[in-house]
Amino acid sequence: MYGKGLKPLSIATVAMLAVALSLVFFYAPLDGDQGFIQKIFYVHVPLAIVALIGFILGGVFAIAHLRTNNRKWDAYSYVSIHISVIFGVAVLITGAIWAKASWGHWWVWDEPTLVSFLIVFLLYATYYPFRYAIEDRDRQARYASVFAVTAGAFVPLNFMAVRMAQSLVHPRTFATAEGGMPGEMMLAFLCMLVAIGLLWTTLVKFELTAKSASGQVKRLRRALDAPVGGGSSRIAPEVS
Amino acid sequence: MVELAALPLAAPALPLDEAGKYVAGAYVVFMVLLVVYVGIMAAKLGRIERELREVAAIAEDRKAEKREEVSA
Amino acid sequence: MTPSRAAFAAILAKDLRSELRTLQSLPAMALFSVTTLVIFRFGLDRTSLSGSLAAGVLWATLLFAAVLGINRLFVAEREEGGFDAIRLAPIDRSVLFGAKVAALVIYLAALELVAVPIFAVFFLDGAGGLGPLVAVLLLADLGLAATGTLISSMAVNSRARDLLVPLVLLPLVVPLMIAATGATEPLLALGGPSYHRFGTWLMVLGLYDLIFGLVGYAVFDFLLED
Repeated sequence: MYGKGLKPLSIATVAMLAVALSLVFFYAPLDGDQGFIQKIFYVHVPLAIVALIGFILGGVFAIAHLRTNNRKWDAYSYVSIHISVIFGVAVLITGAIWAKASWGHWWVWDEPTLVSFLIVFLLYATYYPFRYAIEDRDRQARYASVFAVTAGAFVPLNFMAVRMAQSLVHPRTFATAEGGMPGEMMLAFLCMLVAIGLLWTTLVKFELTAKSASGQVKRLRRALDAPVGGGSSRIAPEVS
Repeated sequence: MVELAALPLAAPALPLDEAGKYVAGAYVVFMVLLVVYVGIMAAKLGRIERELREVAAIAEDRKAEKREEVSA
Repeated sequence: MTPSRAAFAAILAKDLRSELRTLQSLPAMALFSVTTLVIFRFGLDRTSLSGSLAAGVLWATLLFAAVLGINRLFVAEREEGGFDAIRLAPIDRSVLFGAKVAALVIYLAALELVAVPIFAVFFLDGAGGLGPLVAVLLLADLGLAATGTLISSMAVNSRARDLLVPLVLLPLVVPLMIAATGATEPLLALGGPSYHRFGTWLMVLGLYDLIFGLVGYAVFDFLLED
């Protein structure tokens, strides 16, 4: 039963978002260097952190799928990666807006975290054509899990390598969550982090519930010997 | 409360009205993506409802057939 | 020899033999690299390269030739029904992974044996940096082989595999390229080779090889069950 608990979860998400956004705009002080532009970080960085955790979770679920051969883990893995990719789009666009506001360019190679994230995003974006290219559903699920595991191992390695590639001439020009942050900012940031994390969880549960409902309809059709509708997606795993 | 009067003294990178547009833009992007996602899921929900309607009709037809068979 | 190692040696020998038999692939890839170097000469409008530009041209060329060539090993295997024979053999399937990686490393090394000297002749002023470059090449080959084997063995059963392998493989090898070019750039510097952060980059390469070697070894079993 995927829908169970979805309502309290979404309520908690909305409440947390409201609290966090209020803290961001009414409580946290202005940054000395960046001024009002720094407020973008309160949405950009939590989205990035949650997306990356989501990708790694996709790998963890994939390991569970490979070990137990239970299709539900494949669905969990697929949806985790799906929502994280969507969050990834938001990360890159908000990152570009921040870059434009700070430096006048829509993209800067100087920011190692953003560049690493782009590469990770590009990799996970290939998850869909990859799944689509494999026709046999069993094999598709298995290979997708292998992909998710490999990609999950890739994430930390990639961040390390890109960071090392940064010339030491360009120092980081902003302070994120890594220290140097006054208490009020940290509180607002942490609240946003929790809120975005809850949002991710809600959306994942939401999508799993929708898939499950579709699966139940198919099951009903099969039980009634009714013709199965042509709406089944080739790549999305079925949940029943 | 944020001291708006202290803003010019804090030497922001951009004047507030310009910077505000960018910040607003970022949060708008976030909201738009969220709403687009909700829209896609809503379409899926509509399809599920339609299919359930079909299946319910089929089940009712079967039930009616069976009643005819029994009474015949 | 333990059965595993005997199996490893046997599969490796078979791969090499089949590669030597289908001689088309290697010379074609070597030719492709040389032509790519010529295109770089005209595309960049440079007749001599050093430092980061030299490293970039060299690694981009090697990478694209490798990605194009990686498919060939598995295609031949599948068409000859080699996969079925392996599946029936009572050995640990992960041994197959090791053998494939080894074959791919040898293949890449052979490719570089042709491409790198020609690169040096075309663009470099002195061959001083080439000695230590061998270490970089070997470590990079290992990493490329590990991820290449992993991805192409998944793609071999799919449609559009010629597009799929480069598409998925390229983002995966970005850290490898970062480390390889990072190590190569000072080696090909204008004033003569320098070893700025050479050890660090080699360690990153080694780490990449280790991680993806382990991942491939762990998951390869799941790719062959059917």
